[in-house]
Amino acid sequence: MSPNPQLFLLLLILSASAFVIGCYRRFSLVALGRPEDRLDAPGTRFARMLRLAFGQQRVLGKPFGMNHFVIFWSFIILAAANAEFVVSGVLPQAGLAALPAPLQHALLFLFDLVSLAALVCVLIAFARRLFFAEPSLSSDYVKARSPEALLILSLIAVLMLAYFGLHAARIMIGMEDPTAMPVSAAIAALMAAPLATDPTAVATWSWWLHALALLSFLAYLPQSKHMHILTAIPNCFFAGLERPNTQPREEFARGMRFGAGRVDEFTWKDLFDSFSCTECGRCQEACPAAATGKSLNPRSIIHALKTNLLANGSSLRAGETPTLPLLANASDTGPGEGSAGDDAIWACTTCGACMNACPVLIEHMPKIVKMRRHLVQMRASFPEELSAFFENVEARSNPWGIAPTERTKWHANLPVRPFEQGKTEYLLYVGCAGAFDARQKQVTVALATILDAAGVSWGTLGKEERCCGDSLRRLGNEFVFDRTARDNVKLLAERGVKKIVTQCPHCFTTLKNDYRQYGMELEVVHHSELLAGLLASGQLELKQRVAQFGTVLFHDSCYLGRHNDVYSAPRQVLATTTGASPAEFVRNAERSFCCGAGGGRMWQEEQEGERINLNRVKEALQQKPDTICVSCPYCLTMMEDGLKDLQGGAVRVKDLAEVVVEGLRA
Amino acid sequence: MLVVVCIKQVPDTTQVQIDPVTNTLVREGIPFIVNPYDTHALEEALRLKDRFGFRVAAISMGPPNAEATLKKALALGVDEAILLSDRAFGGADTLATSRVLSEAIDRLNRQEQVGIVICGKQTIDGDTAQVGPGIATRLGYTQLTLVDRVEKFDPFQGRITVRRKLEGRHETVEAPLPVLLTVVRELNRPRYPTVPMRLESEQATVQVWSNQELQLDQNGIGLKGSPTWVSRIFSPQREKGEIVGDGVADPAGAAHLLVDKLVSRDLLVV
Repeated sequence: MSPNPQLFLLLLILSASAFVIGCYRRFSLVALGRPEDRLDAPGTRFARMLRLAFGQQRVLGKPFGMNHFVIFWSFIILAAANAEFVVSGVLPQAGLAALPAPLQHALLFLFDLVSLAALVCVLIAFARRLFFAEPSLSSDYVKARSPEALLILSLIAVLMLAYFGLHAARIMIGMEDPTAMPVSAAIAALMAAPLATDPTAVATWSWWLHALALLSFLAYLPQSKHMHILTAIPNCFFAGLERPNTQPREEFARGMRFGAGRVDEFTWKDLFDSFSCTECGRCQEACPAAATGKSLNPRSIIHALKTNLLANGSSLRAGETPTLPLLANASDTGPGEGSAGDDAIWACTTCGACMNACPVLIEHMPKIVKMRRHLVQMRASFPEELSAFFENVEARSNPWGIAPTERTKWHANLPVRPFEQGKTEYLLYVGCAGAFDARQKQVTVALATILDAAGVSWGTLGKEERCCGDSLRRLGNEFVFDRTARDNVKLLAERGVKKIVTQCPHCFTTLKNDYRQYGMELEVVHHSELLAGLLASGQLELKQRVAQFGTVLFHDSCYLGRHNDVYSAPRQVLATTTGASPAEFVRNAERSFCCGAGGGRMWQEEQEGERINLNRVKEALQQKPDTICVSCPYCLTMMEDGLKDLQGGAVRVKDLAEVVVEGLRA
Repeated sequence: MLVVVCIKQVPDTTQVQIDPVTNTLVREGIPFIVNPYDTHALEEALRLKDRFGFRVAAISMGPPNAEATLKKALALGVDEAILLSDRAFGGADTLATSRVLSEAIDRLNRQEQVGIVICGKQTIDGDTAQVGPGIATRLGYTQLTLVDRVEKFDPFQGRITVRRKLEGRHETVEAPLPVLLTVVRELNRPRYPTVPMRLESEQATVQVWSNQELQLDQNGIGLKGSPTWVSRIFSPQREKGEIVGDGVADPAGAAHLLVDKLVSRDLLVV
């Protein structure tokens, strides 16, 4: 079927070589990363890959998602058509013509319709970029890189147009059955008048146009962000199964390097991520730092990894020092394309919104933490405010450096019992904020009152309780976190603790998820979950319906919601207590917007851009609440501060426990 | 040139309580920290090392567990750590302490010429601010106390210019080496140890010098050599404050009362 099999074969060899060399170059760069096992639980991984890659679950969650879904499936179906094109281009006797007529008919029919669908979707994609660009598509970042997207779209469009040109011409010549290809037949009818003279020439030209578009696409693919069509599907398979907040442990021994300060200090999966990114910008849109004008853009972090790897690949392979730094010091002229800036790295709240948004499960946050680990542990370089934080946690095991003897002051006027092995059911892990922060201490008292009213058997570790180490870990001070975690796991085991209730989602996630890496398997619940259970079982009986808080708007804590999937428990508690489901933010549940204090941001100044808590409080005030209900000490502080700054009037911030405790008053 | 830093392990005073019966500090279970002013002294010595490549030695007089403090200094980058520890040194006041430290510095000076000795301005447990000047006097070094900035340092000319932070004013002074500086917190921001340095310091050894090495007269050191006797330690009784007005019901009224109160006590000038 090919006009010139020899010439086509030559071009095919050239194009395939470019493709193979391009892929080899990139995948061999991926192999420079550190080892990491991503093959455990293959069944779970496979099911997730089907759902997210083939089902396009996250892509479909956004406007124009359907457009991508159609292009994705068109590519898969037309891969068969293009394979046939290539085979018959080299071996004219092979190809569809060799198949039985009904099958040939069915396939041609399918290819014809799918090609039309793909063409329509590509045109929509063009229009979206050129005429209806949403904010995430009009950033400087996208503008700088949009020619690449348009080039790829053009290639696909040319491929489809050539396909129709070829088949319409063949129908005109009588080589193909018009009933099998309704779209091509319609085009043939349109072309009949102007091109009646020489349909064979049209067929030849279309064939070559199709061939060149296809071979160019093949050769260009590994060089472009369109590489994702090869890497995104396996990336969904290899993505981490751990909760996104749980970074891997580091081993500490002399002579080792810690964190990632060079691109080859990431794992192979980190590097594979960078080739799976198609720069769609969903992470950027979800990121609270990016939304408030900080230097951080999760998409740029991933892109920087890729360009850094490409720039340093040859020197790394030769065992030399990389030429382009991965981390740009503030004193440098500014981060180039292949470097991540310090400001960006410290701006992350580790809220996990980027990872929740990424359609191909790229892991942005662990990479940022790895770079923080390098900065803290290898260079002792971090924002000035963190000096005091690190010293305080290390010397006095709380962020403020308050004397540990004051840890029990919150219950000066309450009969609080120590946890006793075999006698006490729940350890109430008070947490640093619950024990030292004046405002959060009120929440602790409320929670203690509720637990007593429900007859729950609980106790505390008293002055022996220590910081859980959440902020240390998210800030990359893994060395001190490691010691903290070992000490805490040992203490909890010695005391025979089996069940823990926390009021802080950060203690909650650290004890529940992070400490599992230290062999601790305890039942850890957040107070929202415990209260929901106690209310549902009737063990906690309220004496009155709580009405004094008016319209209650519930703010999801990132570490409770997105990181641990606890969405319904606090809402159930509010519904039972107040008699009405809480009001919701526009960005709620898994799309909730961070308060700005996670990831150790609580202990740093926020000078760049708009303050994240103000952004969130403005969103809250749109819903005209009387009360903003939170379930986290950081959120409590950030919301209250935000309300003060914005003159929030009579709007109050209450923890869930403070709402429930009002229901106990007769 | 050798730079010597004197550091002291002190109880974390925010956690210290006084036994009301014996009038002594209750030290059981109280963690020790590096005297905060000394961390600034250490930082300045390390900056001189970074700039000029000088060697830095940290010395400390104290019980054997003060080794932990010197390990911290090693983790930050000092080249040599020496613990001056002997039962004979125990119970020393500032005079006896400065004798031991001076002798140790003199001993170091015999191996490598000491150009600068840096101390914190005072310790947070004794608060005398006498040991630094005591060492300078005994060694015959120029003493530059309360330094908050090193203006100029020329090791080749052997001269240093520093700014002293005094009450309500600054004073810039110049002196020939060798000098002893006592430093205030404003001088610098102490660095944080890197993990490789911490791991190295865990393996590193701290030299221990007893009086066998220093050969000081027994009557001039320890309790015997200390003319100062502490007769009593006590916590001052703090009067309980009062609540002025009702800030919840009438915040403006409460603020008014508070201002009146402050003005009446000359704490606020309207």
